[in-house]
Amino acid sequence: MVEHRRFGNLLPHAILWAGVLIVAFPVYLAFVASTQDNASIANGQMSLLPGGHFLETYYQTLFVGTSGTTREPVGTMLFNSFVMAMMVAVGKIAISLISAYAIVYFRFPFRMTIFWIIFITLMLPVEVRIYPTYKIVADLNLLDSYAGLTLPLIASATATLLFRQFFMTVPDELLEASRIDGAGPLRFFWDTLLPLSRTNMAALFVILFILGWNQYLWPLLITTRDDMQTIQVGIRKMIVTSDALTEWPIVMATAVLAMLPPVAVVVLMQKLFVRGLVETEK
Amino acid sequence: MQKNAVFQSKFLPYLLVLPQLAVVLVFFYWPAVQAVIQSFLLQDAFGLSTVFVWFENYKELLADPDYFAAILRTFAFSFAIALASLSLALLLAAMADRPLRGSMFYRTLLIWPYAVAPPVVGVLWVFMLNPSLGVIAHGLRNLGVDWNPLLDGNQAATLIILAAAWKQISYNFLFFLAGLQAIPSSVIEAAAIDGARPMRRFWTIVFPLLSPTIFFLIVVNIVYAFFETFGIIDTITRGGPAKATETLVYKVYSDGLLGGNLGSSAAQSVILMGIVIALTAFQFRFVERKVNY
Repeated sequence: MVEHRRFGNLLPHAILWAGVLIVAFPVYLAFVASTQDNASIANGQMSLLPGGHFLETYYQTLFVGTSGTTREPVGTMLFNSFVMAMMVAVGKIAISLISAYAIVYFRFPFRMTIFWIIFITLMLPVEVRIYPTYKIVADLNLLDSYAGLTLPLIASATATLLFRQFFMTVPDELLEASRIDGAGPLRFFWDTLLPLSRTNMAALFVILFILGWNQYLWPLLITTRDDMQTIQVGIRKMIVTSDALTEWPIVMATAVLAMLPPVAVVVLMQKLFVRGLVETEK
Repeated sequence: MQKNAVFQSKFLPYLLVLPQLAVVLVFFYWPAVQAVIQSFLLQDAFGLSTVFVWFENYKELLADPDYFAAILRTFAFSFAIALASLSLALLLAAMADRPLRGSMFYRTLLIWPYAVAPPVVGVLWVFMLNPSLGVIAHGLRNLGVDWNPLLDGNQAATLIILAAAWKQISYNFLFFLAGLQAIPSSVIEAAAIDGARPMRRFWTIVFPLLSPTIFFLIVVNIVYAFFETFGIIDTITRGGPAKATETLVYKVYSDGLLGGNLGSSAAQSVILMGIVIALTAFQFRFVERKVNY
């Protein structure tokens, strides 16, 4: 600190607490609403303290679902979201690792062409090519399948670039040493490069898991069967335009459940998360 | 850029790039090319015949006052979201960037909304500000505000902007904090010795040194406002009332969904691609070179 402050750090603490309140209040309200009965919420008589319906609401949400709108227990949706997030994260890391390895550690015709073909995909999110992609996935008979849900999201270059950058910093001596030991390209990749990339893979996994879990537009278009819904799609269907039909405690319990896994990942793996975020953006 | 020590192999490298190349070609290039081709075609109402019409779809689109309004609206939203979110995040980061007790604790409590999905953000905000049962809507009513985003387009837009900015605070906060921590304290101490008070130091030293971060975040926030807000809009207003919250991405979605005009929808996609590419190029040109003083 540069100078002595008369009131210490009172003001910064106050501002930071205000920030925390702004950030936390909507979520607190959602939790409180998920523990109260629908009638008092619909009347606008909601209390700002947790009510006594916690177990009841969460049981119904997870195993039964809403009575009118989604016809599917949220447990199934959580499972679908989890599968999707895992497939996006693992799939993208796997294919990017090996293609980055080929681009950095081999010399072959069209190497740079291939690099640029992959690099350009960095620029366009799935949203801008949504209907053509939909049509292709439909033509390939992949609607309502996990492959259809995840493959178009795997088609981008962030991870490849990241691994390429990291491989460039790995000292050449390692390769020469393992060559002297008689290791071929696959052995070197498996025994030397993979263990070195562990932290990068973990950081990337955290970001990609959150990205996959939070996908919305794509699953909304491509899932038609109720039992293939992800939780983000399910929660939107639970909100009915006429307020009287919306089962708010269940909607709010679903919101809490939808937030829980990615938020837990961010909070528990904060170091990896920050690292992954900074690296994927740069 | 390449390594000096490399492996020699004829087929292995192609085998290794094959999975990614296949996915990228099938799910990225093929649809992108289709979008471009389709944007030059016109289909009759029954989908029986298609005619090549050059730029007809684009001309029609750009002459459409609805589309023009959506462009303006999207940029206005982006501007408002970026401004609200960046300024609040900068304030919080500036407060957290000093040896405070519990600064790690604050950071944890401020960064997690990054992980909340846009549709969930929409649900949280629609619940707080629902005119008949929302807690904050009640407060507004008691203050004499006639709050009804279901009917009033401006209020609906405000609601979207607030919700979208709320989600983005944590991201901006993290990058601002990292940017602030990279500023050497000797610079600030030197200014202090010259007699500059904290506010003056912030605006004349810290803020200019932060400009690379600010430029980077402006671009990221605009891209965010263009694309990620889809989930928020779809849960809160579905583009209404009377299209008051229909952004470009939402328009692509709803025009295509209603089955109607494939050519026009494709032309919209192509225009969006153009905007994103322009933004990315802008970022590479100005941000990568670092705005330095």
